[in-house]
Amino acid sequence: MKKHKVSEIVKNLNLKVLSGGEGLDRKVSGGYVCDLLSDVMGNSKEGQIWVTLQTHKNVMAIASLRDLAAILLINGVNPDEDTIAQSETEGIPILGTDMPAFEIAGKLYELINK
Amino acid sequence: MMEPMHLQYELEGGNFTKAGFASSEIKKVLKQLNVDAKTIKRIVVSSYEAEVNIVAHAYSGIINAWIDNEKIVLHFNDKGPGIPDIEMAMQAGYSTASPAVREMGFGAGMGLPNIKNNVDLLEINSEVNKGTLVKFTIGLTPEMN
Repeated sequence: MKKHKVSEIVKNLNLKVLSGGEGLDRKVSGGYVCDLLSDVMGNSKEGQIWVTLQTHKNVMAIASLRDLAAILLINGVNPDEDTIAQSETEGIPILGTDMPAFEIAGKLYELINK
Repeated sequence: MMEPMHLQYELEGGNFTKAGFASSEIKKVLKQLNVDAKTIKRIVVSSYEAEVNIVAHAYSGIINAWIDNEKIVLHFNDKGPGIPDIEMAMQAGYSTASPAVREMGFGAGMGLPNIKNNVDLLEINSEVNKGTLVKFTIGLTPEMN
């Protein structure tokens, strides 16, 4: 399994970079899909891309505390203003897709485990 | 033996934008002290959950942290509704969080269980209509873990 950079995943899966472009060189170890913040806090692992529809600032706190590689927002939702600001400060990218979680997670899994 | 380092932070009930700030500051200090990544993880998971508990349930709270060579001791002291049944609150999946808090992805009843699974010592004292004091200790050296 090859470790991709966030930027390669953006390119391969045609994702939008919504904020935190400075962090596009971060290395991706895998993915985690969940909208319950405590579950992500307890069970995600360093370097994962977190697929979620949560857009408020607390997702950045979790991404930063757990050293996640990036946040990937589904269904075309947009991050809140203060979430964007925190993403820029932390240098952790927020990515976006119009796809729902199941579809983008499948593509992400396939790409990462190729 | 170094003097214990003391850190203090304040939290406001309902102000979710500040939740995680104390944990993130504590994380920075622990990184500077070269605490290993696994231990830092256990500490930030626990302290973040305790921060969110205060913001989600209490009116205000104060966090005190003491760090020495061997351990970190954290006290989360809030003014709030208190916990009528601590044993129930410790059960995974039990929550009294409001619908608004649940919509944000909190309030799944995982906070206190997450804390319990990550700390070495845990003590919770609560008085209904007064507040709650959550105290925990995590060892920083391999022998204590």
